[in-house]
Amino acid sequence: MRPVYALSGGVSKFAKTRQDKNFQAVTKEAYDYAIQDLEIDFPTFTSIVDGSVASYFSDHFTRQLMAGIMAQDYLGLCPKPSHRVEGGGATGGLCFQEVWKSIASGHMDVCVAYGFETMSHVETWKGNEFIALASDASWDYPVGGFYSGYYAMMVTRHMKEFGTTVEQMAHVSVKNHINAFSNPYAQKRNRYSIEDVRNAVMVAWPLTRLDICVMSDGAAATILASEEGIKKLEDAGAKIPRPLVKVTGIGRGTDAMRMSDRPHVEFDTFMEDYATEQEKADDGTRKYYEGLWKKGTRYPGVHSFRAGRTAGNMAYKHAGISDPLEELDFVELHDAYTSSEIQTYEDLGLCRYGEGGPFAASGKAHMPGIDYGVQLPEKPVCPVNPSGGLIACGHPVGATGLMQAVFALWQLQGTIKKHFDDDTLQVKNAKRGAIHSHAGTGTYVTVSILEQEV
Amino acid sequence: MAKLPDRRPETLGGYIVHGVPFPVETDPDSLAFLKQMAPLQIEQDYKITYLHSYGQDSPWFAAASNKKLLASRDPESGYAYATPRGHDMYSGQETEWIDITETPAHIHAFTVCYFGSEEFLPETPYVLCLIKFEGINTLFLARLFEIDPEEPSLDWIGMEVKPRFLRNSKLKPTDVYFIPA
Repeated sequence: MRPVYALSGGVSKFAKTRQDKNFQAVTKEAYDYAIQDLEIDFPTFTSIVDGSVASYFSDHFTRQLMAGIMAQDYLGLCPKPSHRVEGGGATGGLCFQEVWKSIASGHMDVCVAYGFETMSHVETWKGNEFIALASDASWDYPVGGFYSGYYAMMVTRHMKEFGTTVEQMAHVSVKNHINAFSNPYAQKRNRYSIEDVRNAVMVAWPLTRLDICVMSDGAAATILASEEGIKKLEDAGAKIPRPLVKVTGIGRGTDAMRMSDRPHVEFDTFMEDYATEQEKADDGTRKYYEGLWKKGTRYPGVHSFRAGRTAGNMAYKHAGISDPLEELDFVELHDAYTSSEIQTYEDLGLCRYGEGGPFAASGKAHMPGIDYGVQLPEKPVCPVNPSGGLIACGHPVGATGLMQAVFALWQLQGTIKKHFDDDTLQVKNAKRGAIHSHAGTGTYVTVSILEQEV
Repeated sequence: MAKLPDRRPETLGGYIVHGVPFPVETDPDSLAFLKQMAPLQIEQDYKITYLHSYGQDSPWFAAASNKKLLASRDPESGYAYATPRGHDMYSGQETEWIDITETPAHIHAFTVCYFGSEEFLPETPYVLCLIKFEGINTLFLARLFEIDPEEPSLDWIGMEVKPRFLRNSKLKPTDVYFIPA
């Protein structure tokens, strides 16, 4: 496999509705920004780029089949090769990795990932119905298909099993909304308190409206290249900042569509097949997990995502990471729900299973130098969702995973101030970050590691 | 030879607005001004009737309409699925049907939906739960009744429940629902 570099990216303004433009034109906003950030003109870039991968989740939202080729056409990329990827909420993450594959394999030197979703074409309750059709249409959807309900069931189990509290979940909402206050791309830029989150309208107990991301219209694009691709672009006048940002780790995992089918494995199987290298090496952690199993915990059940753990372990191995909390400078993860951010802390090994709730309220995942209006007992270690995540930025599904890639790239380039016109959210000396994209009730999960080239 | 039609037949009805504002002349200034025009939006209906087959899972629905709750089981390992699967995910072998109508069951996880997808909005608030059956390895998603949706409590987890069946089957998984045992 050849080294693959992320060079530039663009994100359209995420909004409840972008009826000012169709999906092709919104995608072009992000695409044009990514090209302009290379300081190269459109025709020159078009002459160099080898192909693309399109990312969008639902044909229902656009009421348009083959929307990908319409974006490809509008971006002026025909007749270059392209294909569409789809994997629910992880579509953007899958797209990013498909582009990585195109370059790592030697098939392409410069390839663009673009993604979009226009969810405003239907009312919120119809949108929820479309999304719920991404659950088994024979067995899950007819019972009362509603994703917030599915995630709420997971978290009641997490609360029962591990003692996680609604206040700990609210910490995630407060953190991500306040982070987004300094992100001009974010859909929701509001300051909330723990009380605001808990007093918001109850959607699916115990998740309130402020525990849940919103539906959005938006697009994002990222340009990746090989060393040869970088040379071609620079020979044509492109300005690519150094140090370069390299994609050093790729991981994916899957799980059963019906969360009722998820296994409940015994301790030995967990330790052998799912524990992180760090967990396996630590006697204290082994005893801690033995204690959980003695109390009845089984893995993953519905409280954990083994797809996320599988993806994380794979990406960490690829990137040579053994202690993610210490070795990652930030993480942009798929916080469709505050509860799923807590679950994902655990899947990604930022803390042990069962400790996601206290971790959320500890301060370790917060940005330094920002007043969150809450008492945080510990200093920031690895900011999670410094952009504001899905909860505040919005979740135009096909764009979301690529939005994370763009924000991660800007963090590693040290260019947050340039793009946000504000450096509040710049993680100081960011050298390595992870992006995490997640589908369904944990069916497809991708983790990609990006880092400054030494 | 009969005269061929030169116009598409005009009909009233369809969109509400007739006479959309537009510059009287298409001079360059007026055309440039169109860049400031707000987007037009129209409604589009989309309704489909699907013929959905339950395929190899069909006996489960036939059983529920006869007030029996089935599950499937790998005949060799005994690994059993409360939500039926035609083939075992570990051995790859075809599963067999078992009757779990009388099997003790309890709530493994739950929520109360106060909002929902359009189809289910009229039913809010409703209780969704995952049921664990004794000796069965996987769970079953169902509705829960005879419990106050305005007073949810984590104490519901672990509560023993029993199935109840619709008198008039709809051939849907909701033909069975649960109530406290």
